[in-house]
Amino acid sequence: MSTATDNRRKAPAGERVADWADGRLGIYSLAKANMRKIFPDHWSFMLGEVCLYSFLIIILTGVYLTLFFHPSMNEVVYHGSYVPMQGMRMSEAYKSTLDISFDIRGGLLLRQIHHWAALVFLAAMMLHMMRVFFTGAFRKPREINWLFGFLLLVLGTFTGFTGYGLPDDLLSGTGIRIAQGLILSIPLVGTYISMFLFGGEFPGTDFVARFYSIHILLLPGIMLGLVVAHLILVVYHKHTQFPGPGRTEKNVVGMPLMPVYMAKAGGFFFLVFGVIAAIAAIATINPVWAMGPYRPDQVSTNAQPDWYLGMSEGIFRAMPGWEINIAGHTLVLGVFIPLLIFGLVLTAMAVYPFLESWVTGDKREHHLLDRPRNAPTRTAFGVAWLVMYGVGLVNGGNDLWATHFHLSVNSVTWFVRITFFTAPIVAFIVTRRICLGLQRRDRDKVLHGRESGIIKRLPHGEFVEVHEPLSQDQLFTLTSHEQPKPLELEPEVDENGVTRKAGASQRLRAKLSKGFYGEGTHIPKPTAEEYHEITSGHGHH
Amino acid sequence: MKKLSARRRHPLAAVVVLLFALAVTGGLYAAFAPADKAKADDTAQSLAIEEGKKLYSVGCASCHGTGGQGSSDGPSLVGVGSAAVDFQVATGRMPLQQQGAQAPRKKAIYSQAEIDQLAAYIASLGAGPVAPTKSQYSPDGADIAKGGELFRTNCAQCHNFVGKGGALSNGKFAPSLENVNPKHIYEAMQTGPQNMPSFPDTTMSEKNKKDIVAYLGAVNSSKSENPGGLELGGFGPVSEGLFAWVFGLGALVAVAIWVAARTAKAKKS
Amino acid sequence: MSSQEIPEENLPSTQGEAHAGAVATADPFADPGLPPHEHRIQDIDERAAKRSERVVAMLFVLSMLATVGFIASYVTLPVDKNIYVFPIGHISALNFALGLTLGVALFCIGAGAVHWARTLMSDVEVADDRHPIEASPEVKAKVMADFREGAKESALGRRKLIRNTMFGALALFPLSGVVLLRDLGPLPGTKLRKTAWSQGKMLINQNTLQPLRPEDIQVGSLTFAMPEGMKEEDEDFQNEIAKAALMIVRLRPENIKDKRELDWSADGIVAFSKICTHVGCPISLYEQQTHHVLCPCHQSTFDLSDGGRVIFGPAGHALPQLRIKVNDKGFLEAMGDFAEPVGPAYWERG
Repeated sequence: MSTATDNRRKAPAGERVADWADGRLGIYSLAKANMRKIFPDHWSFMLGEVCLYSFLIIILTGVYLTLFFHPSMNEVVYHGSYVPMQGMRMSEAYKSTLDISFDIRGGLLLRQIHHWAALVFLAAMMLHMMRVFFTGAFRKPREINWLFGFLLLVLGTFTGFTGYGLPDDLLSGTGIRIAQGLILSIPLVGTYISMFLFGGEFPGTDFVARFYSIHILLLPGIMLGLVVAHLILVVYHKHTQFPGPGRTEKNVVGMPLMPVYMAKAGGFFFLVFGVIAAIAAIATINPVWAMGPYRPDQVSTNAQPDWYLGMSEGIFRAMPGWEINIAGHTLVLGVFIPLLIFGLVLTAMAVYPFLESWVTGDKREHHLLDRPRNAPTRTAFGVAWLVMYGVGLVNGGNDLWATHFHLSVNSVTWFVRITFFTAPIVAFIVTRRICLGLQRRDRDKVLHGRESGIIKRLPHGEFVEVHEPLSQDQLFTLTSHEQPKPLELEPEVDENGVTRKAGASQRLRAKLSKGFYGEGTHIPKPTAEEYHEITSGHGHH
Repeated sequence: MKKLSARRRHPLAAVVVLLFALAVTGGLYAAFAPADKAKADDTAQSLAIEEGKKLYSVGCASCHGTGGQGSSDGPSLVGVGSAAVDFQVATGRMPLQQQGAQAPRKKAIYSQAEIDQLAAYIASLGAGPVAPTKSQYSPDGADIAKGGELFRTNCAQCHNFVGKGGALSNGKFAPSLENVNPKHIYEAMQTGPQNMPSFPDTTMSEKNKKDIVAYLGAVNSSKSENPGGLELGGFGPVSEGLFAWVFGLGALVAVAIWVAARTAKAKKS
Repeated sequence: MSSQEIPEENLPSTQGEAHAGAVATADPFADPGLPPHEHRIQDIDERAAKRSERVVAMLFVLSMLATVGFIASYVTLPVDKNIYVFPIGHISALNFALGLTLGVALFCIGAGAVHWARTLMSDVEVADDRHPIEASPEVKAKVMADFREGAKESALGRRKLIRNTMFGALALFPLSGVVLLRDLGPLPGTKLRKTAWSQGKMLINQNTLQPLRPEDIQVGSLTFAMPEGMKEEDEDFQNEIAKAALMIVRLRPENIKDKRELDWSADGIVAFSKICTHVGCPISLYEQQTHHVLCPCHQSTFDLSDGGRVIFGPAGHALPQLRIKVNDKGFLEAMGDFAEPVGPAYWERG
């Protein structure tokens, strides 16, 4: 006992602090499990970190902004330093935003960092989600984390929108007005929700204060919880990795957290912050002073939401004006249908992992990623989804496309009305074919080697390109993927002669499974026999 | 399909695909590019001032008729006033180069003296808005803030918050007001060129117009200040979103690639 | 969880051969295992390592300098000073200086740390084992048994009265929370049906704040009006103007295609609601030659010469028209409120 005490006395200060903490928090056990945790190196694995860090940047700058922003719609007359607003009536919210921009040193910078980081946050979530989708990283055991990520995207969108509405300028007020119009279109309860949300008629005097507490407290609070859960699951599941020599479903190959990833990931936070700060120094975002205070009878063209709602804006613009009156009630389909479509497009993304595992019957854990070409159907679905989203997004700015490319805004809208449905189908077919083409190329590469670019003249005068055989590493990497078989329906008559009909859902499942994995969905991998036959014989041709 | 498959590795395949894509793009553009003819201005009557009339009969009469009465190719000019002539000719919109959804701004081909003669001739055909004098449109003594409010009530719906322009139906557009001569802005409000409605002095006073001109001078000229940095066109969230994706996320992905890339290995001897 | 300290030892013995020539192996596609670690220049050349060290230190020093620059700019630059920076334009000197120095300060810390990690920390790839997430059957059996035991001890299944009343209590109490939300706002009532317009209210020009006379309004002009008696300073101005905003144009009576529109006009002067019937943007992109008016938000297009009918876009019904006349003093006045609710459609609109 006494020796132990002696040892402790001699231990360096850092260790003594760690001992103290361990006695209360058990940090040594935690560190044993995690200090040398392995992270694989790949740039696309850093996209989630971009999201995390921009989220942190938003929180840091947002806290600063709350120190100066007045979430109030009381009207005041402006006498600040921005001349073109002198003597204008405006809400305190708008006035304090002008003050942050013009009278508080660094206020404009922090406002711009906050807003740019928000756009980057949502863009990075989208890109991160694409990476996870196209590599199949959402498969078991990570479906729940996919849902957490999806919820973060949705909540991020709402948080962004409520923030966009806070300055109470003409652009944001127009956006809120549109949102109120959408709410009114909800059958049965639309007017009630609108009255309750706005404390009466639009615009009223409440919504800035209400949106403020939603924007800075409610939604970020939930998001913070989800982010923590998302990260805990990432650590718990350990990271996925791309296939390659020595990488299996049972291990994860990369660099340890301490010290490499502490430096890389920690450093990356500063890199992200630095890049966004530089952007905020160079480019304006949301110049509220140019837009004027909100008045419900004023408007400007280019009234668009931030990009993450551009797709919904686009489908609202493309929708024909359908409206049905039945028995004294109005169904505002022209507004309500796009609202539903937007919800459905998002939900499709959320449920895809469950759909895929049901269709393919694959209930195993997956830690090795798919190359997108090796899962042609999934890749094609993803591209089709993106094309649909992109077409909607394009129409969100249809007026700008029209003026910049000298087109008619009506034609752009009609173009989008048609391509919103047709382009995803085309994209699906084309993508799948491209994937098969790439598979075919992989197969050729394995069997015939890499085209070296060296031209050789044979004795009889023929010119040939020398094909270099691939290394064992490359051969393994190109052939290690699975090629699943479609699910088969159980025979309708079993061996005892008892007829059992497959249910409708069973038949659908088999059909979809065939679509996923059946004929024409993959190019057979080269087998070792084929390889030997070609390489042992007369060399390359 | 088989045949097509077999030929897709042909050396010219890429060229064919490229040509096809270009043709489709061009075809689509031609199909969607607006070709609606500008509809004729409303208005009707006549008389003459010598020089202007000469210029008129050479440069304008083929569309607007020998006496300014209009034809199928151009509206009547009777009663449009000297302000309309000064606006249309001095901004180069007239004479028209080609029929289209709307006449764009071009380099003016007449001198100011010739324009004044033309204007005098047209004004003699029937009374209309008179071209403003410098004191009417100079920003001295104007209320910029009031001008901003008036601009947002009357103009921003088409021309955008600070006059960057915007789309109208079927290929028509509200042009950007950047660096437009204040006189021409004033005349446009007076006369309502092409599809723009007019804002006559009876409903928008001279003082109102002066305020608006002063506001535009403050927020949309080569001297206007954009404290936050690059204006990104002043088009609002669309250009900001594009910038965030291309430069924001683009830069961050580039950084991520550097962070995750393998460090160069020492060459084995 | 044990990480392999020296991965080379764990590699299959055939590994060397595999790398010598892939063709020779029995199964060309077998996993050759982790490739051997290759050294970086910094691992074998101390001078290169020193160079890296200096680069890292330089980046950290640069960051310090940038922070000093940040504080210096904050202290010295006035908040309202604008400078011309090519090609950005006339921008705030303070914003530009603070942003760039902050950006450099942060970026250099990050770049230094990453460069350090990339060139000086070990880059030996390590493999970590994964463990199945699912519990083993024994663990599962134990948990199930414990759960059954606990459930039995609670007697929840047996004492149904307790169970049911507990569920009842738990289900009911959130209602209090819902009830508390009731005072968020008033019930809709007929609020969305009524505007500030009523019989005899004059049309006030929003630019000049004077009542409008018919002779003020020319063919091809566009004017916005609000009802007599409404003031910007009024407490409910925003709510009222959101419904009452009015757009006035003059057409030649022979150009008006809709009979009711003609009846409700005064000498060809027609007054339409400025609030779009789609989702409520103030619509007013009036094309005076075509008489179309377009909404800047979603491009709903209405024909003002045909009763405000929708001719393009997502709006579901025509723009409401306000019936006006010229009163005996020669001013334009409303002959009542709008006949239908203005603005976006909703369930009770009918």
